[in-house]
Amino acid sequence: MKKRIIAWMAVSLFLAGFLSLFASSHPDGFEKAGEKAGYIERAEVLLAAPMPDYSIPGIGSWLSSSIPGIVGVLVTFAVFVFIGRRLGRKSK
Amino acid sequence: MHIPDGILDPKVWVSAAAVTGAVLYKSVKYSQRTLEHRAVPVMGAMAAFIFAAQMINFPLLGAAASGHLIGAAVCAILFGFWPSTLIMSTVVIIQAVMFQDGGITALGANILNMAIVAPAAAALTHKLMQKLSLPGSVSAIVSGWVSVVTVAAVGALELALSGVVSLQLAMSTLLFWHGFIGIGEGLITAVVLQFAIRSSFAFAAKEMAS
Repeated sequence: MKKRIIAWMAVSLFLAGFLSLFASSHPDGFEKAGEKAGYIERAEVLLAAPMPDYSIPGIGSWLSSSIPGIVGVLVTFAVFVFIGRRLGRKSK
Repeated sequence: MHIPDGILDPKVWVSAAAVTGAVLYKSVKYSQRTLEHRAVPVMGAMAAFIFAAQMINFPLLGAAASGHLIGAAVCAILFGFWPSTLIMSTVVIIQAVMFQDGGITALGANILNMAIVAPAAAALTHKLMQKLSLPGSVSAIVSGWVSVVTVAAVGALELALSGVVSLQLAMSTLLFWHGFIGIGEGLITAVVLQFAIRSSFAFAAKEMAS
């Protein structure tokens, strides 16, 4: 099972760190609908995140989009495992 | 389907956060009873995979718009409803806090939509498909589609209750785009599930939960 988990993580890192560079940059369904319905212009930012819109401010190259993807995958795994270990019960 | 700050009315996002809090409390109670330590890394890898897959916006043919996976149907079919709420919540919270994808006041609503309503819709649809003894791939596609369209409808309701748009306009525009995005969700769900089943993810989680 450990090998399979590593394989899934490798695929996830590939998706987030590389394939995401080729993702469509058109507005998504919610934003597109919001343009027509007129609610999207109300959007504001209340909490400045460290990597807004999956990019690192100040870095111009592809690394600016690649690094947030990689960091996000690793943090997601780590956070879930951290919480899950505390919630779950020890196996016999 | 990540709602930013500034759009939802306080009474809407506060109520959504309250419902979300109550459901997640139950999820935590459920996992304290049934979640085995050994199942945690499998679910963690699925959370990481869903985070990654959500970054891949696919173009909607012929339109200047895109969509991306939610992933709740994959989760719900593999692990069931309650664990899915925790997996999806982890993803949605990290997206909001680290990447400004979805607002901080809208966080409760975004968790409600993508981490509670979406897996609930997918789990119920999947159960129905199984009762009709339809093949797994058909169930995956239909469950994926239903989960996205249901989230779009609930999102439209939240927008209308916030008074920023009429219910009819919110429903028609959101359901129009998400009707197409749901097809992508359904197809990706079917493919990802094939691989996950081959990795015996569901088996692993269930085996460990018993």
